[in-house]
Order: sequence, then structure tokens, then C-alpha cells
Amino acid sequence: MSNIPANLRYTESHEWVLDNGDGTLTIGITDHAQEALGDVVFVELPEVGRELDKGEEFGVIESVKAASDLYAPLDGEIVAINEALEDAPETVNSSPYDDGWLLTIKTSDSDALDDLLDADAYAAIVDAEA
Amino acid sequence: MSTDNRRLAELVSHDAFVQRHNGPDADDTQAMLAALDVADMATLIDKTIPAGIRLGRELDLEAPRGEAEALDYLKRLARQNKVFKTYIGQGYYNTHTPAVIVRNVLENPGWYTAYTPYQPEIAQGRLEGLLNFQQMVMDLTGMDLANASLLDEATAAAEAMALCRRANRKVKSERFFVADDVFPQTLDVLRTRAAYLGIELVVDRADAIAEHEVFGALFQYPGDGGHVHDLATLIGAAKGNQAMACVAADLMSLALLKEPGALGADIVLGNSQRFGVPMGFGGPHAAFFATTDKHKRSIPGRIIGVSKDSRGNTALRMAMQTREQHIRREKATSNICTAQALLANIAGFYAVYHGAEGLRTIATRIHRLTSILAEGLQRKGVSLEHDSWFDTLTLTGVDVGKIHGRALTHEINLRLHDDGRVGVSLDETTTPADVAVLFDVLLGEEHELSISALDEALVADGRDGIPAGYHRESAYLTHPNFTRYRSETEMLRYLKRLENHDLSLTHAMIPLGSCTMKLNATSEMIPITWPEFAQIHPFAPNDQTVGYKQMIDELAAFLVEVTGYDHISMQPNSGAQGEYAGLVAIRRYQADIGEGHRDICLIPSSAHGTNPASAAMAQMQVVVVECDDSGNIDIADLRAKAEQHSDKLSAIMITYPSTHGVFEETVREVCQIVHAHGGQVYIDGANMNAQVGLCRPGDFGGDVSHLNLHKTFCIPHGGGGPGMGPIGVKAHLAPFVSNHVVTPISGVRKECGAVSAAAYGSASILPISWAYIKMMGARGLREATELAILNANYIAHRLADHYPVLYRGANGMVAHECIIDTRPLKASSGISEEDIAKRLMDYGFHAPTMSFPVPGTLMIEPTESESRYEIERFCEAMIAIREEIRRVEDGEWSLDDNPLANAPHTMADLRDAEWPHAYSRELAAFPSEATKTGKVWPAVNRVDNVFGDRNLICSCPSIDEYRD
Repeated sequence: MSNIPANLRYTESHEWVLDNGDGTLTIGITDHAQEALGDVVFVELPEVGRELDKGEEFGVIESVKAASDLYAPLDGEIVAINEALEDAPETVNSSPYDDGWLLTIKTSDSDALDDLLDADAYAAIVDAEA
Repeated sequence: MSTDNRRLAELVSHDAFVQRHNGPDADDTQAMLAALDVADMATLIDKTIPAGIRLGRELDLEAPRGEAEALDYLKRLARQNKVFKTYIGQGYYNTHTPAVIVRNVLENPGWYTAYTPYQPEIAQGRLEGLLNFQQMVMDLTGMDLANASLLDEATAAAEAMALCRRANRKVKSERFFVADDVFPQTLDVLRTRAAYLGIELVVDRADAIAEHEVFGALFQYPGDGGHVHDLATLIGAAKGNQAMACVAADLMSLALLKEPGALGADIVLGNSQRFGVPMGFGGPHAAFFATTDKHKRSIPGRIIGVSKDSRGNTALRMAMQTREQHIRREKATSNICTAQALLANIAGFYAVYHGAEGLRTIATRIHRLTSILAEGLQRKGVSLEHDSWFDTLTLTGVDVGKIHGRALTHEINLRLHDDGRVGVSLDETTTPADVAVLFDVLLGEEHELSISALDEALVADGRDGIPAGYHRESAYLTHPNFTRYRSETEMLRYLKRLENHDLSLTHAMIPLGSCTMKLNATSEMIPITWPEFAQIHPFAPNDQTVGYKQMIDELAAFLVEVTGYDHISMQPNSGAQGEYAGLVAIRRYQADIGEGHRDICLIPSSAHGTNPASAAMAQMQVVVVECDDSGNIDIADLRAKAEQHSDKLSAIMITYPSTHGVFEETVREVCQIVHAHGGQVYIDGANMNAQVGLCRPGDFGGDVSHLNLHKTFCIPHGGGGPGMGPIGVKAHLAPFVSNHVVTPISGVRKECGAVSAAAYGSASILPISWAYIKMMGARGLREATELAILNANYIAHRLADHYPVLYRGANGMVAHECIIDTRPLKASSGISEEDIAKRLMDYGFHAPTMSFPVPGTLMIEPTESESRYEIERFCEAMIAIREEIRRVEDGEWSLDDNPLANAPHTMADLRDAEWPHAYSRELAAFPSEATKTGKVWPAVNRVDNVFGDRNLICSCPSIDEYRD
């Protein structure tokens, strides 16, 4: 059973979103997603400053057996990316909700967070896939 | 013994080859049918293939010929080709293939019958050969990393254009610049590709690059007319406008010219043909593709990388496979699957054999002879178009008619431009005497020039054709692999050592599902090195290629009869390229009838990943059609989606029999539904070998199919290429297949651009398929198909009690391959399909196809060429492995320490003083009787893919890292 923290919001494409409370959101992929991918070997992230639209592809996570596109959960401008993943992509496996974060965006519309899945709703999706 | 009274007619056999090609004899066939509880072959086929699509007659082909007869006939055809001394150049050059490489690689089934190195533990030999190729390309181009080859220079240029567009996020433009002295065949292919990528090509003088806002630019180095560009300035101008700079470079020239990588190039590509691979009327040859570290994740095609095995030793394997079409489908970096492994290996070995000094001497000789030619011509008042050159001169203001006449007398081909210019390209085979003859031809015989005097003058003045600042200064080929094997003895042993690391059809069956590893008969292979086929330039005049044309026409006629289509386009160089060519023909046809807006391509979920990747390249939107629980196309879902997209439906792509190894009963209905909604039907010919002589895609609804000649029609896999993927089309599509700008093809519309650099793709391997069909005849071909189906059903039967067979047809039969489901074993024991695949190596076999088309399964295809003996041996190994898994299930062996988890076992394992395992050394390495008398040793233990992809290294490791 994968770990689904209650304080996060989720997408159906297995990203999580953390509201940092300062108008910025941190985004990563879920424990379930990293487990399904297997050993992550590469994370391709966009450049800081790029504007993302909700649903837009912003990068790719590659494992030995699969490659998965990453989608923006919300509109926003990228303010930081996790550069440590370049040398240590396996952090996404070992710490998906913490050191394995992908990027931080600044959003003008924090209310849109409410449109994302809560932990229970995401857990239901994970169960349905199993 | 009494006198044999058979008549002469009974003693002369014209169909003896059929028994050589097919594995099972009559007794074995009967025994296998009996095991299946089927009365005879006709009954088996009736139970396997739906009645509604059966051909119902024998194919209408000429009576078969014996091996000697077929070769004799082919020799007569070959003699109608004329082998002139060719100075046409334009990307294709004469070369001397070192004899030690001809005999030990090109003509050696140990090299040419291997498959793509998906199982690296038994492929370290060719992986090292391909790594040599990558290192050579990196060294000569000055780039950070190179792939393991692409199909040809023109498609490599198209891949470069596509990479630039993916990677260049700084420029919004959808325009790509092509210098007007890029080879015309390259421009032809770029035009085709650009049209369906939404890219506008800008063709202008190279030095006009600064005037254009583009996302990328392509320069030829040296240019088509021979000019050595001031590449640094051109690249600088391109990059000044944020465009990426691509260079199509001549590999031989880079031995002397400043390397593009040092001048700021982002991508360098080209053809490695002149490194020992014959011209072959256009191919096959290995194109190369090199780029910077920044773009390593975007590089198309296969890349060999260095990793380590479970003992921590250096081990090679294909890196970053997730970029490829089988994983990424329509999002892949390219649809390319086949590389040109055999030819890349040959080019790499050419560099190993000659080394840096050898290459420099060859290149310098070519260049000196060119400079001598230039000097002599200029002294006699002939104008040259350019004041710099490597190996090519363009003469202006000459009497072309006179020169042409004299050239014909001397059996010489020059490049005669339409506008009165004459091109001359020299190569490795050009001698001083040849240049003397060239003076006679170009100047008339009264010139009184002396080659040695001109040579002296040039040396005394220190003059050559390379512009100031463009002489190469950096070293290349410094790795020990390029210095150690100069003597023929060392080279011979190196080649043999590498060959001995690899498992090929010379050792055992390679039961790879969907790959069709059938016999590549020696007689079929013999003609490819005949000079009349090997030494023909793709742009040689038509009257010199009469034999080639007739052979190609005859092969096309065979294939028309076999497929039920009306016309064959022989241009596509691989199955994937055939798919692309076929979809492009559909799009052109639909545009022509005013339905160019149709762009939806339906693809079943069971399709090979290449299908959606090809559809994406043809600018089609992929809509997935679901499969039902039996693995067949869900007809209700198909109807709904065809209905929903009726106005925009362009095509469906299906594979038949399906990738699930089943002859679907509904195939005719599928075709009818799509046709009713105005769509065209593309039938992927990957499994054509299950249809030949029994049913024809052109009869049951196909509009176009590609044929993998390297599967069904016996072209060997070459360890990962070459391939050939001609397409069969119905008459309405025939005008819309690929034409060619240099050598136009009759019956095809002029505006229909090329998909390959050469008009007939890899023409020099077509005699293989020609010979196969000629020697088999109609009955032989049908019997081959029937035996392929029988062998597969027999394996399914033998294994069914041990492994569940995932999909079967309506009457319980599989087609020519079967999928066994190993997921229940994973659940019960933790042993994966990969563990089984690796354990098969210990038994001396190559694994079946892993996890395609269904994850967690193995797909087995025996082909007709495997004998009952070999099939039994394979089944016994599979059953023995099942029993080993049972001991894990029963807890006798732990999941961490059992012969499967630790497989494959190497000599290094056996050398260990300690043996810490719960099973014996004998069981580890000699688990069957056959392995005790002849063992194929995996060269390395299980390769760590994760380590390799996280720590990407694609160059030759230091020699200390190779285990002895």
C-alpha cells in the first residue's frame, strides 16, 4: 500500500501538490507513481521562469522500463526546480514527497487547488488501478 | 546393391532447397500433427486461418530452381550491370573492404544472423563493435556522443531537423534552413519529412544563413560541389540567431579537416559507407549521428552504453531504451527501430584495422590525388568552381559532350550536372594511373601532364586544397582498440573473439516472437558481395544497372503475387520507414481527392509501438482502439470510434495475424468498417510470414502493407540491421509512393518526394529475398508458412501444461507464434520473465521476446526453419526451468539465491573458490545434456541497466576495465 499524505493535493496523472502558503506550490510525483515506474534514471525538468498552463506537459521521468510525461496540475510560473535530481534521480524513488520534489511554481489562483483531488479521492484512484 | 532405375527427370531436383530451408521432415511433421490431434496439415490450417480470407489456390509463381540454378540465373542478371570506374561521389564512394573483414564479418553468419542485442549478456561482441563505431564517430566529428547508426545520411538529416525542433525552445520559428549545396537526395527526404512535421524549409546559399530566422540549419561539409566551407563562420552565424547548427559531414574528410565539434556544431551526421562498406546501388550502409552532451536524451535510434554486471565488471548494453518507439509510442524521439548494425560494425572495424595513421594516410592520398588533378586542370586552363576541396572538384565551362564521350570509352562515370558543370570525386581506390586517365578524359590525350611532377610541385610548395585554419590539429582514434589490431593475425583473432561472445543462429534457435529468425541461407547471401551488385553507384546511368532493375522488377512481381497488391515500392529501408512511406502515400492520395483534412489514425492497443510513432511522424492523430479479453480488436469499440471520427478518419493500422499471435476472425469486417467511413487500411506486414501462400492482405481489405524482407523473406538481421521494408499498395495509391530526385521512378508522381537516400533503398540485399522466393517456389513458400504455424502450435501444445498460453484463435490454435503468460509465476514465486530469459542463456538459448506485446509475458516464434530436434530441446529447457521455479515456489530455494535470479552464470562464477549457492555449479552452468558437450558462455553476468542509464557512458571504456 503506497503512502498518500493527507496534507497534499493530487492529480489523476499522479502528481502531488503542496501549498507552501506563500503563493507558491511544490510539485512532485506520488509514491504510487514512483513505484510503478521502477528505478528512476533521469528526470527532465523545464527552465525556471517558464509559464505553465494547467495540463501542459512540463517534463519527463524515465526509468529503465518506462518513461512518463509530467503534467502541470495548475497554471503558474516556475520559480524553482530540484537541480539535485540531475545527479541523483533515484531520490524520486527514495523520497518522493520530500527530497524528490520536482519544481515549485508561483500561482495567482490558489483557489484552483480545491479542484484537485484530496488524499481520499486519490487513494480511490490508486485502488481502482490495482 | 541393385541398379537404381529412376529416370533422369527423377534424379534432377529443382525444389531441393525447400528441404534445406524447412526444419521438420515429413516424419516429424506427421508426429507433430499427431501430437496436436490433427489429421493432416490442411486440417491444421483450416482450424487456424479463417475460411473467409483463404487464398484457395497455389500462388502463381514460376517453378522453383535449385540453389546452383538460381545462382546461375542471378549471375546472368548481375552481368547485365556494368561496373564502371565511378567518380560520381555525392555521398557514395568506392572503398576497399579489408579482406579479413569481408570473410570474417560481412560473409560470416556468426555476425550476420544475430539479432538486435536486447539480451546483452550474449551480445557483448557486437556491442563492443558498435561501441568502436560510436567512438570512431565521436573522435572524427569531435562530438560528445554518437549513436550506433541510422539508416542513411538523408534520414539522419531528417532526424537532425526533428531533434532541433524538439530541443530548440528559444526560437519560435517553424523554419529550417538547408544550404543549397546539401546533397540533393538529402534535400529530397527533408522535404518529405518537413511537409508532415509542419516545418517550412528555407533553401539558400550557405553564407546567407544570417538572413534567416530558423530553429536549425544544415550545412554540408565539404559541400556537394566539393567546397570546404568556412564552417566556423556559418555555425557562428546560425547560432547568432539562436538556431541550432547541423553538419552533414564526410567521415573520411574529417581525418584531415577541422572537426565540426570544435567549430560549435550541435549535431554532426553523415554516411560511414566509405569506411569499407560497398556502395551496393544505394545500400545498406550505416549513417552516423553525433551530438553534444546537452542533447543526449533526445538522440534518435540505438545507443550503446557502458554499465556493469552483477559482479561489478564492465558490461555493455543498449542505453536509454525508454526514448524508443516500443516504449514511447507516438511520443518517441523517432519511429526508427532497425539500425544498420552489421554495416556500423564493418565501418568500426575498418577504423580498428587502419587506425589513425592508416586513415590519415588514406585520406591524405585521396586529397593529394585530388590536388594533383586540380593543379593539372588549372594549368591547362580549366576553371574550377571552388578554390578549396577535399576529394571533389567541379569543373565549369568545359565541353561536357566531349568529356562524356571520352569517359564512356574509358568506362568511367563522372558527375554530369544539367548546367554543363562536371563533378569528379576521388576515393580510396583511386590510383595515380587513374588520375592520368582522368586527365586524358577531361583534357584530351595531348595534355602532357605528369602525375609525379605535379606531386613534386605541390609538395615543394606545401600547397593543398584545404583552406587556412581548416587543417585538423586534434588527435583521433587514440583508444587502444584502434592501435592493437593492425596485424592481420591480431585482427582475425579480435574479430573471432568478439564473435564468440555472441549467440547467433549458428548456435541455437532464437525464438524471438515477432522477429522471425528463420534461415538466412548461404546461397541467398553469396551474391551480395559480387562486384556486379556491390560496386554499383546508386546514381550510375540506367544502362549500367539493367541487371539490378530486372532483379528488382522480378522481386516486385513475386511480392505482388504474394501480397495481392498491385504495386511494390522498393524504397523504404526498414519496416518503420515502410510504415511511414505507406502512411504518407495515404495522406497524399487523400489530399489529391480533396480529403486532406482526414488525419485520424486508429491503432489497436495491441499494436507495435512503431505504428503510433510512424503515425505521429505523418502528422496523424492517434486514436487507440481497445482489445477484448481474448486479445482481439474490440469490434464495438472500433465501430464507435470510426463513427465518432468518420469525417476525419484517415486510416487504421492493424497487424495480421495480430501481435497477439492470432488470426482474428473479424479482419475482413475491420477493413470494411474503416472503408465505410472513408478510411484506408494499413496492414502491418510484420507477421506476413504466417500468410504467404495461404492468404493475402490485398485480398481481405488492405490498401497498403510494408513487408519486412528481413523477417519473412530471409534478409538476415545482421545483429540489429540492415532491414528492408518495401510497401505493397493498391493501384489507387501507386502514384503516391516515394519518387527520387536524382533517379526518378516511373509511374510515381514527380512531386512525391523520397523517404530514403537511394531510389531502391538497400538494393544490394534484395538478391537475398529474390533467391529465397526463386528457390522455394509456390508450394515451397506455402509449406514454409504451414510449418511455421505447425511449429508454433506444437510449442504451445508442449508448454501448455507448464505455462499458460495467453491467446488462441477461435479453434484453439495460435498462428506462427505464441505468448506464454509468466505473470502467475511471478505472483507465486517472485520469478520474473526476465529471470526466465536470463536462465535460458545457461541452457544455451536466446530468450523469446520479453514483455511484448503484453508486459510480463514471453512470446515464442520458432519459424519453419527450426527442426523438431531443436524445438524439443527448447521445450525441454523451458520445462526444466519451470521445475526450477517450482523449487522456488516450494521454498527449497530462496528468491534471492536460486539459479534463475543469479542467471546467467559465467565462467567467472565457476572460477570462484567459494560456491555460496544453494544449488550446484553443475546445475548453474551445465543444466542440460546439450550444454555439457557444447556450451555458449555468456560473456558477462546479468547487466545492471539502472546503473548504466544513471551513469551514461557511450564511449570505449579504458582497456583495463575489460575483463580478460
